[in-house]
Amino acid sequence: MNLPAQGPVIPDFGNTSGCKANETFCWDWFADHWDRFAAELVQHVWVSAIAIVIGLAIALPAALLAYRLPRFETPAVVFSTILYTVPVLGFFLLMIPVTGIGLLTIEIALVGYTLLLLFRNTVTGLRSVPPEVRAAALGMGLTPGQILVRITFPLALPAVMAGLRVVTVTTISLATLAAYIAPYGLGQSILFYIGNTFISGLISAGVLAILLALVADALIVGLTKLVTPWARARRGGA
Amino acid sequence: MIVVDAWRFLADNPGRVLGDVAGQLLLSVVSVAIAIAIAVPLGAAIGHTRRFALLAVNGANVLRALPTLAIIAIGIGLYGVGFVNIMVALVILALPLILTNTYVGVAEVEPGTVEAARGMGMTGWQILTQVELPHAIPLIMAGIRTGTVFVIATAYLAGTAGYPHTLGSVITNPTLPVSQLLAYTVLAVVLAFAVDGLLLIVQRAVTPAGMKIVPSTAA
Repeated sequence: MNLPAQGPVIPDFGNTSGCKANETFCWDWFADHWDRFAAELVQHVWVSAIAIVIGLAIALPAALLAYRLPRFETPAVVFSTILYTVPVLGFFLLMIPVTGIGLLTIEIALVGYTLLLLFRNTVTGLRSVPPEVRAAALGMGLTPGQILVRITFPLALPAVMAGLRVVTVTTISLATLAAYIAPYGLGQSILFYIGNTFISGLISAGVLAILLALVADALIVGLTKLVTPWARARRGGA
Repeated sequence: MIVVDAWRFLADNPGRVLGDVAGQLLLSVVSVAIAIAIAVPLGAAIGHTRRFALLAVNGANVLRALPTLAIIAIGIGLYGVGFVNIMVALVILALPLILTNTYVGVAEVEPGTVEAARGMGMTGWQILTQVELPHAIPLIMAGIRTGTVFVIATAYLAGTAGYPHTLGSVITNPTLPVSQLLAYTVLAVVLAFAVDGLLLIVQRAVTPAGMKIVPSTAA
């Protein structure tokens, strides 16, 4: 894609096309630029997925620790709440002197935002397992490790998945801001076209980000049903 | 020292800093107020009548999934830059939380309590305003608190939406020195915690005495 030196009315498309400068959305332009948007979409998925997986890898063990050692819970909640309240863009920009301009900075900030919800939901889920269920498992001769893996954690899964659902859409949303730091994700197009009078670029990037979030949300809902089949059975198949 | 520079920036520009803080608060208060004005009556009606519950829950989930920057971007295309643009994005941010909590709070009042009220001869409206809504206040306030913290922590995106009179005047401008950025970022966090604390006091004040033993949880 070659950028014209003096931004024309319609970016990167020339004025001979069927698109008009004041059009809300021009399909021809979008089709012509699909490669750019597709590449950013794929990046966006990766940037978000990496953050969510690392967030799970930190938050789940931390929640197990807090479940076993309750005095660990308050500091963990305070720490993750502060992380959660920092404006993400400020977080990104403040990390640059430490971790440089690039994916590392983006991921550290995005992971920071996943921790609170994943941690809090997992601890809540683990705590909500009735003691008599664990007592029954103990009575059947299960070891503490088996009780955790086969009884407690599966019963905590609905709460974990509810947290994961919110975290997934939040991460996809925040990842649009990553483009302020380094060229990753759909935020690139949003920032690139934001000052332009031809608005198809903005609409395309915005709608794609929204669609991505909605699809991811639906996927997590499907995944939740898949990993907690008993929840559906209990609701009478509804 | 970056921290000293950050402090000096705040101390040397009190007028600008206070103006940006006030702008951020004003924008947040207006957005949350609009979200409350839409979500509480709607959530209460759905919770009371139990109609359209599935639609409301799914609609709230869809709204919750919308990336704020994407709403700002599409908004620039459809209704231009400025206060309205960022306000719409912030209303969409806060609305689903308040709607879901109001609906759940009203719908999950014990059926026995509602029956008793009906047996005492209360009308539907009286049951809603004198029984169901007071019971739902802890949950509604939890939704408002979470929504407000979200809104205050996001309102700086006003800088991207073409409304510069917020903390976004610094935070969305990567060309400024890191010290200024640090100052405004810390300010945004302090602001969010302060308003959350303030709302906690409001929550205690508006919660009926009989409800105070019940711990509130966010949905």
